[in-house]
Amino acid sequence: MDIKDVENLASLVRIELKEDEKRELLSDMKGILEYVRQIEKVNVKHSVFNITNNNVWREDTPDPREFSKELITKQFPDAQDGFLKVKKIL
Amino acid sequence: MIDLKDLTITKARKALDAKQFSAVELAQAYLDEIKKKNKELNAYLEVFDDVLDQAKRSDEIIEKGKSYPLLGIPLAIKDNILIKDRIASSASKILENYTASYDATVIEKLKREGAVFLGRTNMDEFALGGSTENSAYGPTKNPHDITRVAGGTSGGSAATVSANLALGALGSDTGGSIREPSALCGVVGFKPTYGAVSRSGLMAATSSFDCIGPITKTVKDAQIIFDVIRGKDKLDSTSFSQEPFLRKVRKIGVPWDLINQEGIDVKVKENFREAVKNLKNLGYEIKDIKLPNCLALYYIINFAEVSTNLARFDGVRYGVHKDGKNLLGDYLLSRGTGFGKESRRRILLGAYVLSAGYYDAYYGKAQKVREALKKEFKELFSKIDLILTPTSPIPAWKIGEKSNLLSMYLVDIFTVTANIVGVPAISVPSGFMEVEEKKLPLGIQFMAPHGGEDLLFEVGKKFEAMK
Repeated sequence: MDIKDVENLASLVRIELKEDEKRELLSDMKGILEYVRQIEKVNVKHSVFNITNNNVWREDTPDPREFSKELITKQFPDAQDGFLKVKKIL
Repeated sequence: MIDLKDLTITKARKALDAKQFSAVELAQAYLDEIKKKNKELNAYLEVFDDVLDQAKRSDEIIEKGKSYPLLGIPLAIKDNILIKDRIASSASKILENYTASYDATVIEKLKREGAVFLGRTNMDEFALGGSTENSAYGPTKNPHDITRVAGGTSGGSAATVSANLALGALGSDTGGSIREPSALCGVVGFKPTYGAVSRSGLMAATSSFDCIGPITKTVKDAQIIFDVIRGKDKLDSTSFSQEPFLRKVRKIGVPWDLINQEGIDVKVKENFREAVKNLKNLGYEIKDIKLPNCLALYYIINFAEVSTNLARFDGVRYGVHKDGKNLLGDYLLSRGTGFGKESRRRILLGAYVLSAGYYDAYYGKAQKVREALKKEFKELFSKIDLILTPTSPIPAWKIGEKSNLLSMYLVDIFTVTANIVGVPAISVPSGFMEVEEKKLPLGIQFMAPHGGEDLLFEVGKKFEAMK
């Protein structure tokens, strides 16, 4: 892992970092990854692995909830005519 | 004058019903205490300005002759649980101005009971940490020694109960975040079975580990709050209603290998052995069991889910917004300045363990080990009824002392396992150890099989009664 990897990850997760922050993160991440790498050595018998999670279904019927529209729209950083305003996407 | 020191929810209920004091008087007593101590402890991030109005409404219900377990009881709420119309910031800068637009299910249930919310409590930002030092608003101090941490991530909640700034509190537990601060502050902390309490309205950290639970002075009080907040909720598809659990506790398993290793404080070991002796005297059979160290597994899954869950905070619809050159610039700046160090670190680590080249080695492998561990626990609980460990390997440490990240992560060694397999666990005070002429609290932790909350309450009450 090197500083390029940190930069690449930071751009993937949309976080701007200063140069010294990048260096600090690189050293932190190296240490932590070295520790969690011990998971490689754990032996898991193939037979135990079956995903036990099931989907939880419900009827496809509308179920109105009480949300405060005013509270939501009031918090928009930028708005126009009651709509959220964002910068150009394309 | 109401004696807050010895007051419990159970006692307050009786006194309120008998009109020995009113809910307003009780709330005022807590507000006075908060005024005296909170500045120093930094346990509350905000004390609500309508506490007495809430209490007055509770009094009106009491006047009508009604009584519910939490009617008029003053509680503190962790800052990652939404209360409509109030700020919920998860102790982060990025949400410093965020006002919740709905009630979390647990809050709705507490409101229905007429509970009084005193304020929102400090925590590690987005519930990432173990000492409340990762709060953007400064650390919470331990009421037993203000130079030391209160534990975390629900450090504010544990400190309010410990310092008599609330009669009970809600925390959230992802890898020990209710139990560890409770142990370090000398109070009871209870993490329910995964899904026993709805997560709707709790800001997600690691969705497959997160649980809301109570922090209280006694096991009975924890049970009272749990009974109010539990149950299936259509807004959380992982929630369920529990069937009564028919089993009595006879055998308690102790993973001696894990406890006798280096890194566990000698006095913690001594205190633990004493607790084991006491439990033997109560008639329980103690069995030696094997438990693996699950920290690597825990942190890989934690990083991955945290990275995903914190992706929603982008400064577009709410929270801190910083203006960049274009939309991408807005994201980069808002997230870069809004998140604290530990959040950024875990977001990056999560992206790493989930990335194409490393997914199989880290996240994929961790999921397999998790499944194997679940199976192992099922077998284990066919031979024993409860598992017992210390809650934390060390007592509360000095604020700023742990600069090494890994040493901070290692504090979770005994608590993460319950979250990985989803079983309930409780931390109960087990005495004190003396350090630099200060008495620091310690706690022991019991884990039960899925749905075995009642076993924890039963043994917890018996252990508590021996003090």
